[in-house]
Amino acid sequence: MQRSKNDVWVGLFVLIGLVAVFFLALKSANLLQYSWSKDYTVTAKFDNIGGLKQGAAVKSAGVVVGRVASIQFDDESYQAKVSLALQNKYAFPKDSSLKILTSGLLGEQYVGILAGADEKNLVAGDNIGSTQSAVVLENLISQFLYSKAEDSSTAKSGTK
Amino acid sequence: MIFLHPAELGYVVRKKLADWGYGARLFAQLAMLSVACLKRFSLVRDQIHFLGNYSLAIITVSGLFVGFVLGLQGYYTLQRYGAADALGLLVALSLVRELGPVVAALLFAGRAGASITAEIGLMRAGEQLTALEMMAVDPKLRVLAPRFWGGIIALPLLTAVFSAVGILGGYAVGVLLIGVDAGAFWSQMQSGVDVFKDVGNGMIKSLVFGIAVTFIALLQGYVAKPTPDGVASATTRSVVISSLSVLGLDFILTVMMFSI
Repeated sequence: MQRSKNDVWVGLFVLIGLVAVFFLALKSANLLQYSWSKDYTVTAKFDNIGGLKQGAAVKSAGVVVGRVASIQFDDESYQAKVSLALQNKYAFPKDSSLKILTSGLLGEQYVGILAGADEKNLVAGDNIGSTQSAVVLENLISQFLYSKAEDSSTAKSGTK
Repeated sequence: MIFLHPAELGYVVRKKLADWGYGARLFAQLAMLSVACLKRFSLVRDQIHFLGNYSLAIITVSGLFVGFVLGLQGYYTLQRYGAADALGLLVALSLVRELGPVVAALLFAGRAGASITAEIGLMRAGEQLTALEMMAVDPKLRVLAPRFWGGIIALPLLTAVFSAVGILGGYAVGVLLIGVDAGAFWSQMQSGVDVFKDVGNGMIKSLVFGIAVTFIALLQGYVAKPTPDGVASATTRSVVISSLSVLGLDFILTVMMFSI
């Protein structure tokens, strides 16, 4: 194929386009943090997962160690069954505990994993027993109101 | 009430169906000619040069200004809720998912689609297409297919440039002018934008738009009446139909990609 002066300009155009694609993928999106590494899946049951979503982060000491793979409802125990895909390079003791936390006041919810003291580590398919549900704001407020009401009624009966 | 006459209605329906059928057949022929066309890449390259390089200026400038405006308007709304840090996320998501593919495709329809239609319509009017056929050169392979592939290759690249420049424009207004924290701008963007779900789907959208816009421009030029009047109305119709179909397709694609 013979060369032409258009070659340079078309090459530059394609180059600019590819640079833009890479910019979008690397700088504005999360390709670098995307975990290409293999992972193992463990499950856990929560009484209430609040606003946890599929794909939410699993963090230990604030570092992302995995993602929420799937969320299902278990109609035998009436609990939420959450599978977590943890990265292979991180191992956790079998008696580690899970907690659903919120980043910031209005931020996204994520799963916090607190390492236990067992000598054996979690393997794929394990079930984590000790879990703590998400804090639901309505429950918190109603608890607060009930305790307030109790306080004031005991205070009133005390003055009689 | 001439349209209510059964024969008239029947004729209109039959004619519309024939037009649609002709379009579908041309599309199938172009798809089948792809391999033969891509083998002679120098023709496609010249079309990428004509459709892509010459559209780069308008795409870059529009992207920059869309980014500026998104930065200003986004900041105005977000700072009411004390969420100005999320400005980067807002700018990037709106550009990558919607504005980039759609606005780039609309500009492409006006800038490149119109020129394709006018060029092929004039070739038809000047009987150049007939002359090619007389020389046993298939005008679909020699004229239509390279433009088709040039458009399909150029538009996704232009869209990526549009979105990238738009994000830089949002950065310029948000961080440099207004003073949003640069670290928060980028980190919120990176945590919220997914490579495959957002950037990838945006690219798929622009690919579909590239096929639609280029094909409509080719079809309108190819079936244009061989008169000055006919070429003029074909050019107008090309821009109108391709802009409307970009907006319609965008709705359908958005429902399919992001509604779940």
